[in-house]
Amino acid sequence: MNVDDRVLERRIAMNVAKLYHDLDYSILMNLGIGIPSQVSNYINNEYVYLHAENGIVGVGPMATGNNIDFQLINAGRQPVTECRGCVYVDSAMSFGLIRGGHVDVTVLGAFEVDQEGNVANWIIPNGKQLGVGGAMDLIKGAKKVIIAMKHLNKNGKTKLVKKCSLPITGYKEADIVVTEKGMFYFENGRIILKEIACDTTVEDIRIHTEVDFEVAEDLKQMID
Amino acid sequence: MRKIDKISTAERAMSVVKDGDTVMIGGFGLRGCPFELIEALVNTNKKDLTIISNDLGNSGAGLGKLLTNKQVKKLIGNYYTWNPDVSNAYKRGEIDVQLIPQGTFAEAIRAGGVGIPGFYTMTSEGTTLGETKDTRVFDGKRYVLERSLRADVALIKGHKSDGLGNILYYKVSRNFNPLMAMAAKITIAQVEEIVKTGSMDPECIVTPHVFIDYIVKEVDNNECR
Repeated sequence: MNVDDRVLERRIAMNVAKLYHDLDYSILMNLGIGIPSQVSNYINNEYVYLHAENGIVGVGPMATGNNIDFQLINAGRQPVTECRGCVYVDSAMSFGLIRGGHVDVTVLGAFEVDQEGNVANWIIPNGKQLGVGGAMDLIKGAKKVIIAMKHLNKNGKTKLVKKCSLPITGYKEADIVVTEKGMFYFENGRIILKEIACDTTVEDIRIHTEVDFEVAEDLKQMID
Repeated sequence: MRKIDKISTAERAMSVVKDGDTVMIGGFGLRGCPFELIEALVNTNKKDLTIISNDLGNSGAGLGKLLTNKQVKKLIGNYYTWNPDVSNAYKRGEIDVQLIPQGTFAEAIRAGGVGIPGFYTMTSEGTTLGETKDTRVFDGKRYVLERSLRADVALIKGHKSDGLGNILYYKVSRNFNPLMAMAAKITIAQVEEIVKTGSMDPECIVTPHVFIDYIVKEVDNNECR
């Protein structure tokens, strides 16, 4: 990954995290693998409890050096620590929390999101992967679904497509899509661009986006 | 009805496994895997096994050894991307693979252990993993019918056991282990330590002893394999 990619991924993660900076209530949040896992680096609110679907309610910061315990990993198999008040649960309880609607927000990566808010993120047919993980449970069960992804795929093609071409993980489930170019809110069948990055324009986004979207009257700037 | 003296060696306990059996094995990404029981299962050379587990370890490590040793007929589980041998064997037609979303997989094992033959969930509804399943609408939402899972033998990893088989787990090594303990005809537990019966706090025990048939104290406490 080149430096530019890293900067863009950090921007995406920071702009997801900022949605949860000023809360006067606590929430339970699940972070997927990849860009979503970086969101935890920018959350500055101790009342955002992180859930790892392999059985942790209350994931702390990444573990390094002497803090590494090989029996304490997150769902992406990275060594992590406990936050204060951490609880371990079995896998049925962990997904009971998800399916039962007790996880307030999940941040997931995606291959494609389309006009209807359908999300494809679990498999590319005939690829090297053979697995589904917790994506289908999270996308249906979590109260809010935030997709954190690069705007374009490796071939330079937009990931905000008219209609998903890859197998769907969940239908009409995207609530917010955060890319390095903008923050798109899916509200009652409409897609509204509410925040835009400093290094782009609405016209540029339209060129690189297949979905039809409206622009909020009070279009804000993403943090960088 | 279960035997009174449950403490055993891995080799002796593993004599209950027969060719063609369905075996549940705990663990998530090598954590909470009963490595010494898996090693003993590899040594039995029992064939045509259906393995129910979250993943299949890494290539040649943990549960991956069962595939290397050609003991697997079918895998039922959730995530095999960590072990590329699985996808290769599947593409060559050597094994059958049934993928289940992780939460549905966990609940299917829990249900199997507590006498519930099937349940409805919204997970996978409308997707390729749900397309062959019966559906039903409850309160305006469509759900898919999932069957529960049971096994002939479960191999689990605990942290501590007492002499009866009351079990405590350690951190994320808990994962599927307490669920699988409930869902098999015979459950074999590998534990790091066996403590005096009566010394555990009854309020804190996770798996009650009635689910456990064999207790194997591990020889080499090394989770890093």
